[in-house]
Amino acid sequence: MAERLFALLLVFAPLSLVSLGGGPSIFAEMQRQSVEVHGWMTAGQFTDLFAISRAAPGPGTLICALVGWQAAGFAGALAGALGLYVPSSCLLLAIGHWWQRRGDSPMRRVIERGLAPVAVGLIFAGVHTLLQADGAGWLEVATLLVCTIALLRGASPYAVMAVVALLYAGLQQAGAIGR
Amino acid sequence: MREPDPPQARLLDILRVFSSMGLASFGGGLAGWMHREVVERRRWMSEEGFLAGVALGQVLPGANSVNLALYVGQQLRGVPGAAMAFLGILGPPFLVILGLALVYAWGMGAAGFGVVLGGVAAAGLANSLTTGLRAARRLRGAWPWVVVGITFLAIGLLRWPMIPVVTVLIPASIGLAWAEGRARG
Repeated sequence: MAERLFALLLVFAPLSLVSLGGGPSIFAEMQRQSVEVHGWMTAGQFTDLFAISRAAPGPGTLICALVGWQAAGFAGALAGALGLYVPSSCLLLAIGHWWQRRGDSPMRRVIERGLAPVAVGLIFAGVHTLLQADGAGWLEVATLLVCTIALLRGASPYAVMAVVALLYAGLQQAGAIGR
Repeated sequence: MREPDPPQARLLDILRVFSSMGLASFGGGLAGWMHREVVERRRWMSEEGFLAGVALGQVLPGANSVNLALYVGQQLRGVPGAAMAFLGILGPPFLVILGLALVYAWGMGAAGFGVVLGGVAAAGLANSLTTGLRAARRLRGAWPWVVVGITFLAIGLLRWPMIPVVTVLIPASIGLAWAEGRARG
């Protein structure tokens, strides 16, 4: 048991530091490690876990908790999550600390003004990429546009999501969408 | 000329706000939720400070949403604040996902669930898009728009690897901001 927990940490901690841009960059290696290298599950089980992680709230990388769960129960889930999130978090905090010590200096203002348009471009790029990754059709694109207009006009995101979920569930019950 | 201090965020408030955002974040779009709660509603942070966190969180390794939560928590209340944001953004989803794993282990499929999730994910993306649009409205001058366009083109459309792209773009953009500040005197 302790060996498995240690193995989980050893698998996830290095992945943590190479997970640039979040989950998509490390899913392939995570699958290889847990299916082929360690044999914690079959490839089919990993795919099921991936689907579960998509259905749950939180970042997609939380699949690390499911892999840990499958390998070693609740302690495994904790080990997987700590392994994946602690190293990258420490790095971020170290850099954030340095950043905070700049205070409200003119240099920091210039850096912030320079970072803002890059951040905006990254946000747009992320929306585009996720839409494509989800294989979104016209219905999803229309949903995105209508929701954006509603949000820009001050609608509550909770209400928007609830309406969309009910609408899709209704459409699916009526047989209008889905397979 | 100093702006008035933003309202001080209490640790419990940070935990509470990030917990509810963690639970609501289906299909991504967390930057949008955080922007709404942290910048617009509570005014814990300035727009520029928040966007710097967005860029930093994407450039460094780790889940973007977790990185941004850590950054916000740290800027507000140091390491304890970051710990609260981390617990809030990951704790509730962690428990939910294990609950789903239990349901899965009992042999109940998630048939038909995927369709609804696709819709909810699209609504979640609308949150991100809204944040991007709101932030874009605050950009002044032509050069920031050029930077936005190039970033979107290179990473969103051409799918170039992010790190080399931002390694070039971030210094260039900061240089432009600096030059603009000097031109204004």
